[in-house]
Amino acid sequence: MGRAWSLWKKVWGQLVGRVCRKQAGGQDSGERPKKPVPLQDQTVRDEKGRYKRFHGAFSGGFSAGYFNTVGSKEGWTPSTYVSSRQNRADRSVLSPEDFMDEEDLSEFGIAPKAIVTTDDFASKTKDKIQEKARQLAAATAPIPGATLLDDFIAPAKLSVGFELLRKMGWKEGQGIGPRTKRRPRRQKPDPGVKIYGCALPPGGSEESEDEDDDYLPDNVTFAPKDVTPVDFTPKDNVHGLEYKGLDPHQALFGTSAEHFNLFSGEPQGASSLLGDAGLNKGRKLGISGQAFGVGALEEEDDDIYATETLSKYDTVLKDEEPGDGLYGWTAPKQYRSQKESEKDLRYIGKILDGFSLASKPLSSKKIYPPPELPRDYRPVHYFRPVVAATSENSRLLQVLSESAGKAVHDPTTHSRHQLNASKRGELLGEMPVQGSATSVLEFLSQKDRERIKEMKLATDLKAAQLQARSLAQSAANSRARPSSPDLGHSPWHVALGGATAPTRASNFRPFAKDPEKQKRYEKFLLHMKKGQKDALERCLDPSMTEWERGREREEFARAAQLYTASHSTLSSRFTHAKEEDDSEQVEVPRDQENDVTDKQSAVKMKMFGKLTRDVFEWHPDKLLCKRFNVPDPYPGSTLVGLPRVKRDKYSVFNFLTLPETTPPPTAPASSEKGPQLRETRKPSRWDAAQHEKKEDSISEFLSLARSRAGAPKPEPSPSVNTEEGRTPPESLPNKTGHSGAAPQTEGEGSRPSMDLFKAIFASSSESSSEEEEQDNSEDEQAGPEEAGFGGTQDSDTREAVSVAHAPAPAPPEPAPVPPFPIQKMQLDEREEFGPRLPPVFCPNVRRKPETPQKEKCKKNKEKHKSKKEHKRKKDKKKKHKKHKHKSKQKTKKSEKSSSSESTDSHDSESDGAGTPDLSPEELLRRLKCLPLPQQ
Amino acid sequence: MAFPEPKPLAPELPQKLLKTLDCSQGAVRAVRFNVDGNYCLTCGSDKTLKLWNPLRGTLLRTYSGHGYEVLDAAGSFDNSSLCSGGGDKAVVLWDVASGQVVRKFRGHAGKVNTVQFNEEATVILSGSIDSSIRCWDCRSRRPEPVQTLDEARDGVSSVKVSDHEVLSGSVDGRVRRYDLRMGQLFSDYVGSPITCTCFSRDGQCTLISSLDSTLRLLDKDTGELLGEYTGHKNQQYKLDCSLSAQDTHVVSCSEDGKVFFWDLVEGSLALVLPVGLGVVQSLAFHPHEPCLLTAMGGSVQCWREEAYEAEGPTG
Repeated sequence: MGRAWSLWKKVWGQLVGRVCRKQAGGQDSGERPKKPVPLQDQTVRDEKGRYKRFHGAFSGGFSAGYFNTVGSKEGWTPSTYVSSRQNRADRSVLSPEDFMDEEDLSEFGIAPKAIVTTDDFASKTKDKIQEKARQLAAATAPIPGATLLDDFIAPAKLSVGFELLRKMGWKEGQGIGPRTKRRPRRQKPDPGVKIYGCALPPGGSEESEDEDDDYLPDNVTFAPKDVTPVDFTPKDNVHGLEYKGLDPHQALFGTSAEHFNLFSGEPQGASSLLGDAGLNKGRKLGISGQAFGVGALEEEDDDIYATETLSKYDTVLKDEEPGDGLYGWTAPKQYRSQKESEKDLRYIGKILDGFSLASKPLSSKKIYPPPELPRDYRPVHYFRPVVAATSENSRLLQVLSESAGKAVHDPTTHSRHQLNASKRGELLGEMPVQGSATSVLEFLSQKDRERIKEMKLATDLKAAQLQARSLAQSAANSRARPSSPDLGHSPWHVALGGATAPTRASNFRPFAKDPEKQKRYEKFLLHMKKGQKDALERCLDPSMTEWERGREREEFARAAQLYTASHSTLSSRFTHAKEEDDSEQVEVPRDQENDVTDKQSAVKMKMFGKLTRDVFEWHPDKLLCKRFNVPDPYPGSTLVGLPRVKRDKYSVFNFLTLPETTPPPTAPASSEKGPQLRETRKPSRWDAAQHEKKEDSISEFLSLARSRAGAPKPEPSPSVNTEEGRTPPESLPNKTGHSGAAPQTEGEGSRPSMDLFKAIFASSSESSSEEEEQDNSEDEQAGPEEAGFGGTQDSDTREAVSVAHAPAPAPPEPAPVPPFPIQKMQLDEREEFGPRLPPVFCPNVRRKPETPQKEKCKKNKEKHKSKKEHKRKKDKKKKHKKHKHKSKQKTKKSEKSSSSESTDSHDSESDGAGTPDLSPEELLRRLKCLPLPQQ
Repeated sequence: MAFPEPKPLAPELPQKLLKTLDCSQGAVRAVRFNVDGNYCLTCGSDKTLKLWNPLRGTLLRTYSGHGYEVLDAAGSFDNSSLCSGGGDKAVVLWDVASGQVVRKFRGHAGKVNTVQFNEEATVILSGSIDSSIRCWDCRSRRPEPVQTLDEARDGVSSVKVSDHEVLSGSVDGRVRRYDLRMGQLFSDYVGSPITCTCFSRDGQCTLISSLDSTLRLLDKDTGELLGEYTGHKNQQYKLDCSLSAQDTHVVSCSEDGKVFFWDLVEGSLALVLPVGLGVVQSLAFHPHEPCLLTAMGGSVQCWREEAYEAEGPTG
């Protein structure tokens, strides 16, 4: 007894010492200290590392007030009592927490403030399987023990399945399945699997089992072993097989699986437990895992310290279930079939109330084999985006369906097999049968279908044009006779009835600011849709004045038209923004130059002055003022330029009062000449602005409407203009103006760099003619200006002449059709930018040696011949030559020649002289582009 | 009530062809006098800028460094530097004496139609087809413009600068005058695309030529129309106009190869000067003498009044 006591004392002492040491500073070296920690080193620190003094249980324990004093931060001063009539003493209710120290409120104090899972919500037992899985994961994790974090994400409660199983007699740690008579092997955790955290203390039964493994009574059945989930994590590292990383716990303490078990009752074991693992394992400190792996040719060293038990060995041959229990559903066939066969329900301890055993087995799922692929199947899929038909993307749908439809409608491709019934019916002129759901459109809602139809209609530019005109006319009519508005409605109806969708009014609210007005507008659309002729009159507010009505009438019509046209044409090109811009406002200049129509009429009446002048506040930059030696007019402001204001982005008036919709240009003073000139001359950038506007449907409509409505004066042939503007450039092969616009703009972007380099690295004035020619050929592809001027500096700039004079204004004789389409291209390309540069005409430049040119000319001719050029062409060429000589003579003779002759000669000269200094490549290219000879 | 006899104006007008400069630099896009009228600059389509003595017809220097044709140039008040702009979207500041590029200002998105120095040659104002006027600082090394005047809705075809004003004409049919001193922008609507603008020498009027073959003289302060000059032809090209040295006449290029002179006050056609067959694409009037430079094709003509006697040897 005395020995036992002394032993206990020893153990207790060690224990306390160890705990103290651990507390003292966490100097957790793996080794037990040689000397006991002296008393003065046994200090206690708080979480901030400050020393704590133990004051004794009655003087405050570890914490005594404020910095080990009994005072507070304010010192030993009570809160002075103050009370007056105004300031009543506030009765403060003190709670127990006010008297607590911060330690008490911490996690382990008497009133913890931290959020702690209470027992109600804590999982009752550790899930074994999960644990095992975690161990597996921990073993394979790159950082062993990294799964510790998973502990924090523990399920709050056991799942229903667990509860049910438990009610059926299942206990944790057991496997699920029929109970077996005897267990051949002791269920013991695999020594390779390390258990971290709290392991259950070894139960007494197992201990006994351990000892008398052989004896097993027959009436005792055992639950099957728990199945360790198979680890399916693929091996993605370069470690050896079965390699396990260093486990810090093991590395430091050997076995961390052991726990301090003070109550094992075995002093010897306790001492070994309390001591380091090193004691247990012969002071083998540090690394104990297979930190360095086992090579392929090496054999693993025997674990000489492993305990040998008989249970490790098989006592029975063969008839046993798979040993390690790792076979789940992935077990080899034999095992699986075995399990399947013994399908008795013995394992069910008790059947829950209200449940009975199933008499029929569950019908297994029938598995269908995948379809056989045809031999010529190519596993490539071209995606056609599938769009759900919603109101937002119906436009997109429409576009898609259109594109699809186009492919089908292409007469060269579609055969009769591709026609379905409805299409055949269409071809035959039948009325489509309602309700036959054959196309995607059928699945759309009625609204959407309508919308799509409308959009199809509206996208037709001509139709839109017509509408605009009729609208304009109607507007003019209504303005002219506001008292009898009924007459003006029918065209509106024609224009709007087909194209306005009242449903869209919900999306597009042009008068959202004025709800009344918006209501009226919607009503107007509704009426319009129903086909009522007096739609406008009905929905207008009767209390308004005539003027207001007139104005609103116009607004509505305009808004409806504008919306239809713009929406349908634009929406096919743009998708809706996924997110709204952060603000519904845009910055616009506060003052805008507007009322172009008024100004225009003022200009026509030559009433310059106030009518044509806009004055804005304009802020010059400070530095600019300084450089101009001018005092800053707005010394305080940081603004630069025109003051800007925020405007509603979606106000229709942003669109309706387009500030600079250039109306059809005013006819020049000599207006008789105007139209013809416009016909003949090349459209330049000067009217390119107008041209662009024309293509833009909104402004087109607006300007048209405005011109019709606003200016009752006869515009000088606006139709000619519009016609010219509207016709697609490709369809005008002989109108020189249009076709080159697009390539030219493309060329412009890439061009300058090349020239820049040349300008820098080549001596520009003395460059050889070959270079020039190359330059020329390049430039001709790229752009016009160079074609005209860049490459011709050596060669009399005659091509430039040609380029500029081919579209000479108002030639009395019909100018010969330029024979080369390429030249047309050049002409076109020249009009790229606004103010056109005047042509070059220097007939009296004589500095060029003529011979090389002539040679080239000959060559050129030969080439033409060899290519069997059209006769007419040749004739022309000769003629051109003649002209050239003539013109030269002329220029020598007199500079005042008649304009007609000059233009003619220019033209001819252009053709003749343009070719000589072309590079062969360029000539070839031109030949390719020539129209086919009609022989 | 004896008024002094009105001076006969006709002999004052330059109508005698004194010299023809064969510039041999492609098309001459613009011809400009320097500040005192002794020299002139020609902008060629072969990317060069040339400095001439127009009276003698001597080429003084060639400035090459543009990457594209040169469209406009101007000289500084002290004749020490030049600026030019061209199709390469760059504005170049040149040193006159050395012929070197001092600075290249890049930033325009389109070709530069017109360049001007301010009065002290500290700022270059360039108008471009990208519908902006940019003010480049010559003093600092800043690569960005000091200010961008982007009020125009279309290409800027003409920019003129007085001591405190910037006058610009744009293809959108408006003449805008930025008054730095007042901090105001005056925008006059003309309607037709503007090809050229200029201040009168007294600074009270602005002369505006537009593509409707009309020149208009507007009062600078009120914007009222003071005179209208027609008869020439300007419907597609960017042609220059000018006022004569004493503000007595209005001069304009024409597309039919002539130069038109109108009496400023009466608006009557004073003289039609036939230059050649092509388009007179640019002209410059001498700052204080009846001397005119015209550019047609690849050559520049120098015109003097009838009574002018060439002093010294011409060559």
